[in-house]
Amino acid sequence: MSTEPRTPATDRPALAGGALRPAVVVGSNRIPFARAHTAYREVTNQEMLTAAIDGLVARFGLQGERLGQVTAGAVLKHPRDFNLTRECVMGSALSSETPAADVQVACATGMEAIGTLADKIRLGRIDSAIGGGVDSISDSPVSYTDGARRVLFDLNAAKTLKDRVRAVSRLRPGHLVPQPAGAGEPRTGMSMGEHQALTTHEWGITRQAQDELAAASHQRLAAAYDAGVMDDLVTPFRGLTRDNNLRPDSSVEKLAKLKPAFGRHLGDEATMTAGNSTPLTDGASAVLLSSEGWAAERGLPVLAEVVDVENAAVDFVDGRDGLLMAPVYAVPRLLDRHGLTLQDLDFVEIHEAFAGTVLATLAAWEDESFCRERLGLSGALGSVDRAKLNVHGSSLAAGHPFAATGGRVVGLLSQTLHQAGEGSLGLVSVCAAGGQGIVALLRGR
Amino acid sequence: MPSSDPYGDLVRSPLGRRLTGALGLPRPAQLRRLEAGTPEFAGDVLVLGEGPGAEQARALVSAVGARPVGDAPAEGGLTGVVACFDAVTHPGELSATALALGGALRSLGASAHVVTVVRDPEQAEDAAEQAARAGVIGLTRSLAHEMRRGGTANALLLRDGAALSDAGPAGALAFLLSPRSAFVSGQPLPVGPGTPAPSSPEGESEAPLAGRVAVVTGAARGIGAAILRTLARDGATVIGVDLPAAGEDLMRLVNELGGTALALDITAPDAGRRLLEHARARHGRLDVVVHNAGITKDRMLANMDAARWDAVLAVNTASQLAINEVLLAEDARDTVARDLRIVGLASISGIAGNRGQTNYAASKAGVMGLTAATAPVLAARGGGITAVAPGFIETEMTARIPLLTRELGRRLSSLQQGGRPEDVAEAVAFLASPGASGVNGTTLRVCGQAMMGA
Repeated sequence: MSTEPRTPATDRPALAGGALRPAVVVGSNRIPFARAHTAYREVTNQEMLTAAIDGLVARFGLQGERLGQVTAGAVLKHPRDFNLTRECVMGSALSSETPAADVQVACATGMEAIGTLADKIRLGRIDSAIGGGVDSISDSPVSYTDGARRVLFDLNAAKTLKDRVRAVSRLRPGHLVPQPAGAGEPRTGMSMGEHQALTTHEWGITRQAQDELAAASHQRLAAAYDAGVMDDLVTPFRGLTRDNNLRPDSSVEKLAKLKPAFGRHLGDEATMTAGNSTPLTDGASAVLLSSEGWAAERGLPVLAEVVDVENAAVDFVDGRDGLLMAPVYAVPRLLDRHGLTLQDLDFVEIHEAFAGTVLATLAAWEDESFCRERLGLSGALGSVDRAKLNVHGSSLAAGHPFAATGGRVVGLLSQTLHQAGEGSLGLVSVCAAGGQGIVALLRGR
Repeated sequence: MPSSDPYGDLVRSPLGRRLTGALGLPRPAQLRRLEAGTPEFAGDVLVLGEGPGAEQARALVSAVGARPVGDAPAEGGLTGVVACFDAVTHPGELSATALALGGALRSLGASAHVVTVVRDPEQAEDAAEQAARAGVIGLTRSLAHEMRRGGTANALLLRDGAALSDAGPAGALAFLLSPRSAFVSGQPLPVGPGTPAPSSPEGESEAPLAGRVAVVTGAARGIGAAILRTLARDGATVIGVDLPAAGEDLMRLVNELGGTALALDITAPDAGRRLLEHARARHGRLDVVVHNAGITKDRMLANMDAARWDAVLAVNTASQLAINEVLLAEDARDTVARDLRIVGLASISGIAGNRGQTNYAASKAGVMGLTAATAPVLAARGGGITAVAPGFIETEMTARIPLLTRELGRRLSSLQQGGRPEDVAEAVAFLASPGASGVNGTTLRVCGQAMMGA
């Protein structure tokens, strides 16, 4: 056997001694998002994610193609869907020889999938990938109580009639109350909305400012649909052609009429309503990533480069930070790594879990003492020009199927950057349950 | 799919056959169409007439895999007849071949195809010659009405000095003798010499569009979906175009066939440019364009409003003009094939007119007009532009027509039935193929010889 290296070092993947190469976004696809228990009431996570992948396949002619990897996930996942993404790949028009993996980082699941796949491409381990996510409130698992489970397991293990009778006799009516999957934090017992209500209040975010952000989100997304911005991002599904949470006629006046939904204990100072909070939503998204060479060989477009990704987490249980404030920490670390400031960015996408989340994040970056003491900066990180923020609307309008939001935002921002031109810079920020957050830097091509 | 033609089903049942026979009602035949796994050509084809056409017809019939015979077999079962009148110069010369053709009709099998071959009367030297040639068209149209058991009769008009054996007429003859033209009847088809297709080692007839890239607008459903399927069957790499709202159906179809889906409103100002860019980037070439997308917004003219009128003209006609202009421009030559073939969807409403369809008829007559006018441009580059005018076709759209009107639409044709989307698709696939190189500027009706506008 020859010991001569067959490939010169410069042509080898970074893993084998070559240079890192860019990971690029070729395109994306999602299904229209639907408010829970509406258009996709009868639809499973598997059907939705398969549809999102198949739309991507049709858009780019990838029928029968073996991709390097498909990574996706769902936050509310039925145990029977243990291999959700792999099952979707096998049911899609892709080659069944495409490997798949499930990930789960709450609302930032899609971001984690895209970030790790981009790294694999940069390292040369794979040439192409699809990253995304899906979530369904309508298809969420409902489990039995621990007490009922114990009885069922004992019944299963019982060998004699006597053992069986004894097991069943321990069953109590209360055991049979179903336990739906919830969005509550296990360590605080509080819902995400109640957590955010505290943060919103702490930062003094007004009702007016939240309603303005919500109205702008609806108006901008509606305008984007009308202008054809979504034509290459969305494929209709089950009769739905647009997100059904979208209200093009939304206005501050209409939103002002809603009663507070979270933080009611704050009395007159409660500001968060169903209008400036995202609803529970069903939907799926998928983003096609690749090396530049893979895209060029197939005549596929290159919209943007995934430059870098940063994960962060905050101690919202015992510490001083709000549940959804991790991106506040992640963004300055990401920007510093590349010698950039907020002002260098052409577009900023901050996931609208709640209008209060976005506004508290912006307020924190403008607060000099917070930035000095908590972020360790020499001064305030600065302001985000509102004209660059969520330019085509965000989750308040589109809805937020937890794991699908990362793919929605990365796909939309990549197209926006591509249209803005080579070298334009964009930031994605997605907060997540558990005090986590994932942010990413994209550069237009 | 459940049948939407209960009368047709009834007629084909044993009881229905007796009942309709006793009452003298129409008895539509089951048409033989091209099916995967069965040979396109088989059996005996009778060749009639004197002169060079007949000799060449025998060779062409052999070449496609059928057996040319000189006499009608007593036991019947002829699959086709080629009656050659290509040498006639006076009406008095028609009778011998016409009567021989008549004598052979009882020997035809089911879904047989009669093709008369004659030189185009428009290019005759004198009155007697033109009368003779025009007479053959009249004979053919009448014979189409008389055909039984799903048979068709069409006239192949040789133009510009073409010999039947030239590539253009040879391709057209093969189509008219094939089950692919099951719903084409009573039509004259003018054909020039054409250009021989570049020889393919894999055999042209198997995959006439192999290696070619074809785009179809309005491809998600109905006739457009059938066209996309047929072009893919014939070897083309397909680009399916439809409105963003039709994306789910288009996605499923394109993923089944292989190819790419493009969400596009063809009336958008940049539609042609986006289509060209898609073909250039994804496929590197474009050989066939099928303008299928169309809409109806019916109203009596007295009740017509600008929105209905303008939308129909914009989608059905103006979009074809605008997209053709982009694709035929100098800066598209890196992608668009020299021998580009364009096929537009017209309609018999555009020929005969139809109550409540002034806007639709204007748009579809417009398609035939632009097709004729653009033909010289395509001829100069070795390509072609043609149109297909469907008659009553069984689609989701026509299934919503009130029962009585629907029944009339179906039965008022020589074949006494509606066509299928596949019938239109077969005609489009032929006109998009190198075999149609002799056909340019023409509108071909696919209507079962509908009485409308005949």
